[in-house]
Amino acid sequence: MASAPSHEVAQGGSVAGAAAPSWWAAARSKNGPGYLFLLPWFIGFFGLTLGPILISLYLSFTDFDLLTAPHWNGGANFVRIFTADAKFIQSMRVTLFFVIVSVPLKLAFALGVALLLNRGMRGLPIYRAIFYLPSLLGASVAIAVLWRQLFAGNGLVNQFLLNFGIVGPSWISNPRYSLWTLIALAVWQFGSPMIIFLAGLRQIPLDMYEAASLDGAGRWRMFRKITLPLLTPVIFFNAIIQTIEGFKSFTPAFIISGGTGNPINSTLFYTLYLYQEAFGFFRMGYASALAWILLVIVALFTSFSFLTSKYWVHYDN
Amino acid sequence: MITDVQRLTVVTGDSGETTRLRKGALSLLAHGLLTLASILMLYPLLWMLSASFRPENEIFTATSLWPSSWSIQSYIRGWTGLRIGFDTFFLNSLIIAVLAIIGNLATCSLAAFAFARLEFRGRRFWFAMMLGTLMLPYQVTLIPQYVLFHQLGWVNTFLPLVVPKFLAADSFFIFLMVQFFRGLPKELDEAAMMDGCSPWRIYWKILLPLSTPVLATAAIFTFIWTWDDFFAPLIYLSDIRTYTVQLALRTFVDSSAESDWGGLFAMSTLTLVPVFIFFLVFQRLLIEGIATTGMKR
Repeated sequence: MASAPSHEVAQGGSVAGAAAPSWWAAARSKNGPGYLFLLPWFIGFFGLTLGPILISLYLSFTDFDLLTAPHWNGGANFVRIFTADAKFIQSMRVTLFFVIVSVPLKLAFALGVALLLNRGMRGLPIYRAIFYLPSLLGASVAIAVLWRQLFAGNGLVNQFLLNFGIVGPSWISNPRYSLWTLIALAVWQFGSPMIIFLAGLRQIPLDMYEAASLDGAGRWRMFRKITLPLLTPVIFFNAIIQTIEGFKSFTPAFIISGGTGNPINSTLFYTLYLYQEAFGFFRMGYASALAWILLVIVALFTSFSFLTSKYWVHYDN
Repeated sequence: MITDVQRLTVVTGDSGETTRLRKGALSLLAHGLLTLASILMLYPLLWMLSASFRPENEIFTATSLWPSSWSIQSYIRGWTGLRIGFDTFFLNSLIIAVLAIIGNLATCSLAAFAFARLEFRGRRFWFAMMLGTLMLPYQVTLIPQYVLFHQLGWVNTFLPLVVPKFLAADSFFIFLMVQFFRGLPKELDEAAMMDGCSPWRIYWKILLPLSTPVLATAAIFTFIWTWDDFFAPLIYLSDIRTYTVQLALRTFVDSSAESDWGGLFAMSTLTLVPVFIFFLVFQRLLIEGIATTGMKR
């Protein structure tokens, strides 16, 4: 640990100059205060983040079950995951579907409402507060409980539909609709990306629109040629954050399905499957392998997004 | 402003009258849409609130929001619906949230000060590492952390939920504070440094007093996220006396969902109340906090 910083810096090339002779000399130099202030973070970073990441990589090649010492079993976990684990494929499908459908919907709502509100509407603070509230409350168990009731067979949604003579199914226990109720819950929480969009819209200089309208540009053209391009950094930011949030989603599926991911695994999120393996069956080695696959997927997704971002995200500098 | 509008109308060739009419109609349409959306968004919440005050037999038959008669029976039943009263669960959640706030404010601000204001070898590298942990899926550290806390004998205590906060494990808040510190004039520290101020004094006497907005934002978000957290308590707490409100609600669902919806809704409503109060009181800080994370300074 002592020599790691200077070594990494040499690679990163951020600071020029000779390497410090020893840890103690470094601590007394002008570097000292920086590392001292970072001490709690360093303990956390090595003890709770980096160390565990490496240990879970090791565990993913073992049959660890929490009670007995882990035995190395080569790539057996990964072989089983990729060749003989129907639940892995199902949970991957559920999670990807959830992310691919809910994130664009959520962002579309967020952007649409932000555009409406940004027209200098009266009552903006009230609307903004109302739309933001669900994303503050949405992560709690209480909201999942409420959702479970809303979309139950005798729930509020069906009572409402009954007014029009429609007898609705039990949305949460029908595998065709169960995942959609969770997507609805995610979209309901469009408030926090909306606020980020609003802040982004406010940073677009008004004189750009004036100049464009002097040139005879219509509303739609101004949106496509000014608003959208200048907003791409914010769209990018929101898309990344919401996608990662989507991959991490756990509580609603757990509460609504009672921890099972049913009906017929239609709401078996990847996080839920991993939880079952780790803390239901105590297959910790296997769950570690699942966790590492998730890490690789998230890392691939993030780096892919950042790499492609330079082709569509417009940074002014 | 008025001249702008006039200029625009001249350019687009509309007469002032039609533009004004169109503008009025559009704004009416927008208000209508937004009001409809607001009602749709809030209806489930209001419905749950009213259901919690309804007589039990009325919950599933009425769609209106106003109960025919008000009753707090559900609250009384729900409060003692589990083996232990909800006072214990509320107290547990409160203790954990307060400790989490203290830990986050103390250690995240230390780290953020180092990243934003101090010169040291490897700063950019460690800052990049810190940003990297922002994106990290927690599952990948979950099992080794569990093993660690298990072997320390911390399962069924609050320590696994609280100690990480004292090790600046929530990088989001470091990031938030770095953004804020960078916006404060650098001349402040430089002048203090000239006067022989130590970094500690600059941090404690100059930067922190100027940073109450971001500290308050971090405290509020820490409260809400810790209060709402379900996963960590689910993993680490299995003794009902250590349950948080979220875990207690889940147990309530399992034990009596089909029989006592009234009690369940009453307790669900109660667990939302602290977050709602924070929302009402600190709305501006919350909204600014969210907005600035998406902005480059």
